[in-house]
Amino acid sequence: MFEYAPAPESRDIARLKPDYQIYVDGAFRDGRGDAIKTINPADETPLAEVSEASAADVDDAVKAARKAADRWAKLPGKERGKYLFRIARAIQERGRELAVLESLDNGKPIRESRDVDIPTAAAHFFYYAGWADKLPHAGFGPNPRPVGVAGQIVPWNFPLLMAAWKIAPALACGNTVVLKPAESTPLTALVLAEIVAEADVPAGVVNILAGGPSVGQAVVEHRGLDKIAFTGSTEVGKSIQRTLAGTGRRLSLELGGKAANIVFDDAPLDQAVEGIVNGIFFNQGQVCCAGSRLLVQESIEDELIDALKRRLETLRVGDPLDKNTDVGAINSAAQLARIRELSDTGETEGATRWSLPCELPERGYWFAPTLFTGVAQTSRIAQEEIFGPVLSVITFRTPDEAIAKANNTPYGLSAGVWTEKGSRILSMANRLRAGVVWANTFNRFDPTAPFGGYKESGFGREGGRHGLEAYLDVS
Amino acid sequence: MSDRVAVRKTYKLYIGGAFPRSESGRSYPVSTPKGELLAHAAQASRKDVRDAVVAARKAFGGWSKATAYNRGQILYRIAEMLEGRRAQFADELAAAEGGSARAALALVDEAIDRWVYYAGWPDKYAQVAGSTNPVAGPYFTFSLPEPTGVVGVLAPQESALLGLVSVLAPVIATGNTAVVVTSQERPLPAVSLSEVLATSDLPGGVVNVLTGRTAELAPWLSAHRDVNAIDLTGAAPSERRELEIAAADNVKRVFVPRESGWADDPGTTRLAAFVETKTVWHPIGV
Repeated sequence: MFEYAPAPESRDIARLKPDYQIYVDGAFRDGRGDAIKTINPADETPLAEVSEASAADVDDAVKAARKAADRWAKLPGKERGKYLFRIARAIQERGRELAVLESLDNGKPIRESRDVDIPTAAAHFFYYAGWADKLPHAGFGPNPRPVGVAGQIVPWNFPLLMAAWKIAPALACGNTVVLKPAESTPLTALVLAEIVAEADVPAGVVNILAGGPSVGQAVVEHRGLDKIAFTGSTEVGKSIQRTLAGTGRRLSLELGGKAANIVFDDAPLDQAVEGIVNGIFFNQGQVCCAGSRLLVQESIEDELIDALKRRLETLRVGDPLDKNTDVGAINSAAQLARIRELSDTGETEGATRWSLPCELPERGYWFAPTLFTGVAQTSRIAQEEIFGPVLSVITFRTPDEAIAKANNTPYGLSAGVWTEKGSRILSMANRLRAGVVWANTFNRFDPTAPFGGYKESGFGREGGRHGLEAYLDVS
Repeated sequence: MSDRVAVRKTYKLYIGGAFPRSESGRSYPVSTPKGELLAHAAQASRKDVRDAVVAARKAFGGWSKATAYNRGQILYRIAEMLEGRRAQFADELAAAEGGSARAALALVDEAIDRWVYYAGWPDKYAQVAGSTNPVAGPYFTFSLPEPTGVVGVLAPQESALLGLVSVLAPVIATGNTAVVVTSQERPLPAVSLSEVLATSDLPGGVVNVLTGRTAELAPWLSAHRDVNAIDLTGAAPSERRELEIAAADNVKRVFVPRESGWADDPGTTRLAAFVETKTVWHPIGV
């Protein structure tokens, strides 16, 4: 492996402030919850103090959003759209700052935040900006109306991008929003609040509240909200669905996954190896649609695993701000504990563990890229979402067996297929019960491409024309 | 010559293409709105719900992968079979719902026309609801609607035939299979509709029809882990919350209808309620 000189981005670019405040009714203010320190997961040092919201702040935010809803909905679409275009442009302008800030707060490699998270977030606003004045042509009737006020709860794995996925379509359709970023990654969402303010978006249209699960609970239970949109774990998603039962409030859920990445014996192996690595080690595997189960045709298992290990040995694990880094830090101590626990279970349940021999930094939350071979279908590491850089390898002999194994989880978010045979790609894509099927590629995202799950991976779609439906009164 | 004694029908369940009695051995009396006894209908049990779900799951693979053209033809065939039995259904409907023979016949005609309406959808819906996605990269990307899976349908309590057809046809048009709990007090037209379904080339198990107490059967259907979605049209408003809570156990799609008349243009709302969108990506290269 070539030695590289360190090439870190300067953390000064992030323009870190000592304190961050919540954004309610067009103004920044201290929340009435606790002030917490958000830390850098790469070295456990505090980054900034963040003032969290209380239930009373949630109430204020909902009232502000409700007050703003009517005017925002009545604003001509072409004017609403211009605000979204402004936001898209401002994210691009401040792209480097946001990328460094995201990597600091989340632990993801700067290469990913710079090339994926931030540009895709800007693209999402740009895409939905253009829908604002075209809604009657979207196929949801001649006079589509907004749902009203949406409560939106996003996870810590793609903090700014998930905020963009939620806010952009909601605003384009004429809704107002109360957004809660994850407790461990609030910073880029609060900078997005600055961008919203600087774009002169009317007060109350966007409200952003930092906080933990209790703030999320207050959002979910608030009767002033017409809709809840949640991205996160299946367990929390089910509890939200129960809370909203019988209320008539709309709900969309983007939950967990346990994607099968299926490699046939005729696949282009080098490309497949790249796809497998991208599938499970992108963002340290903390991706709901991660290709966490490698289904490999039995006849090529040894060859593929050898090639995969050779490729993994070139991965650079370390400083998220270094432009050469491939794998960064795990987002939190709690997540690291979960990854460790499930990985240990893999061993006790009889699978063979291989971890990349690499030096991990002494401080911070780190987990070496790991793969398990000889994994039983019933093993917890074959059934449960690990949400970390851990790949479970399972073999199959026939396409029917691959389909049966791939579909054999309660999830149905994504899947991958690697083969040179076109008819087999289409047949597999047809039979996989998953909302996204990547064929000879993996982990591609685009504002125009609908994304979302089957079965217990949730319902509703984000992205594309389909993504409008979640924020329009269509029935 | 003596008057002929009519041969009466035993009203049974419809599960997996067969007409069993309830495994519980129970039945319950069904009367006209005026209180005259019409028949004893099978009173389905929790076990019948489970058997029906098993049958619906077994039928899902074949029905969901049948060509859209084929599904459309079978739905049209249902309309043809129903048309041939207009008079019978009008009689049964008048008995079940009350009202004039003429009004009942109009409802039967409307129900037949509703099958024809939905018979036209299977080979069009993917073109209306699907898309190719102009992504910013060298990939061909498309999205298409696919059936959600096994759908539990609580049929409307009042409209025993038109309402039933209006909730059932859109579910199976897109390739789902269904477990239907009929109107509790007016179940007989649904049982006769099962006979139509059984003679329309509709594969066994695509539609399963249970008569009985809605409040008894609905919780089992809503909590069943192998049911992917549930239509609460026929649930009492006071029971909806509990049913929705049970549905969350496996993140079921729950459809709660808005008030509307069964004679209204059905649109695409009920088709959209029971489909998933699948997005497929492939690189473009040489």
